[in-house]
Amino acid sequence: MSVIGQAIVWLNDPLNWTNPGGILDRLGEHLVLSAAAVALGCLVAWPIGLWLGHTGRGGGLVVMVANVTLAVPTLALLTILPLTFLGFGRPSVIVALAVFAVPPLLANAYTGVRQADPEARDAARGMGLSGWQVLRRVELPLAVPYLAAGFRTAAVQVVATAALASFVNGGGLGQIIRAGFGLDIAAGGGQILAGGVLVAGLAVLVEIVLALVERLVTPRPLRAARRGANRRAADAVTGG
Amino acid sequence: MSFRLSYRADPGNPWFSWQYVRDNSDTLLAALREHTWLTARAVLIAALIAVPLAVAAYWFRPLAGPILAITGVFYTIPSLALFAFIAPYLGIGAVTVLSVVVLYALLVIVRNAIAGLTQVPPEVREAAEGMGYGRWARLFRIDLPLALPGILTGLRLATVSTVALVTVGVVIGRGGLGQLIFAGFQNNFYKAQIMTGTLLCVLLALVLDLALAGVGRLLTPWLARRSS
Repeated sequence: MSVIGQAIVWLNDPLNWTNPGGILDRLGEHLVLSAAAVALGCLVAWPIGLWLGHTGRGGGLVVMVANVTLAVPTLALLTILPLTFLGFGRPSVIVALAVFAVPPLLANAYTGVRQADPEARDAARGMGLSGWQVLRRVELPLAVPYLAAGFRTAAVQVVATAALASFVNGGGLGQIIRAGFGLDIAAGGGQILAGGVLVAGLAVLVEIVLALVERLVTPRPLRAARRGANRRAADAVTGG
Repeated sequence: MSFRLSYRADPGNPWFSWQYVRDNSDTLLAALREHTWLTARAVLIAALIAVPLAVAAYWFRPLAGPILAITGVFYTIPSLALFAFIAPYLGIGAVTVLSVVVLYALLVIVRNAIAGLTQVPPEVREAAEGMGYGRWARLFRIDLPLALPGILTGLRLATVSTVALVTVGVVIGRGGLGQLIFAGFQNNFYKAQIMTGTLLCVLLALVLDLALAGVGRLLTPWLARRSS
């Protein structure tokens, strides 16, 4: 039987879905890990990014964070963090994933505030708004499309990276692929392929859903500028 | 010599150990060589495919949209899933790791090369046409040199992310330095081995990045002159 056939058979076995450690369990773990990591990333990156953008300093720092995290292998963080004070278990996996959520969130928050129309900013200042009020009432709303774009990039990246948590037995859908490789290709090929389909499917699904969310949270007048915003935001992430 | 990073670090298992590096220099060098060799081949192959693709997208604008869309979708697919797709067919060898990392490097280079090519000023292009340049001559003498900064950015990003990505190859036992990190984790959490593997990885990425940046400066002397 071909590998694809085996994968279909594996996916069609209801016990593979409902068993302890089956697809549904793993999916739940995957989503919990990813959601926690993205939330942690937002909590850290957004305030810093917005503040740096507001003061106009630290552009170099944003690019540096992006470049450094690009060079650090996920595997390294996943294996090092459990041996620190975080200890084994979910917290260390979540922190490791959150590290990779930070660069897009940070860069987009920074760029989002920086690109706010200087005239709007000046007008707000002329109306007597304080620095904090300018940030909250003018720059923040104008940065929403960027924040949404960064959130989407970060979330998709975390969902993709969460598959690697399986290397340290951290749970998630990657666990299915790892178990398949543990069986050897001839016996586990179907399971490996099925796991790959599940992991990739989840990532693509998250991307699509968040693209819709991004569209919904972007006010209509700002939508026209969105495409350009996305591109610039992507440039900011890649440091290009 | 050892530094304590955490309160759990017992003296018998330090994070940094010269003793470990000295005693295992052969293993370390072999892993480093495998890692470098995989990265170099991957980026080279990716560049050889990506630049012609970008040129095709540049010449035939209708192709640019689909190429960018397809690379975007591929980039969404997690690396582990890509291993899962390819390994059942290509087996568990270096070829599988190579195909996965080539694919990701390809996407990065294509995007940056297209961006670089579309940034060629239209006046320059028209001037070249007016001077009688044909399509190929214009490509090699005008478009590609002017797009070089974009292409080099793509190459550097691709190289750095490839170095990190190769470690995922541990899933089929071909992770280069990742192999060291993973084995260290499994063998009673041998911290020195994990940390040495990680540092070598980051260092390799840094060195390759700087090397490419240097090559870029040599290839685009006019940019250095302009900024100085």
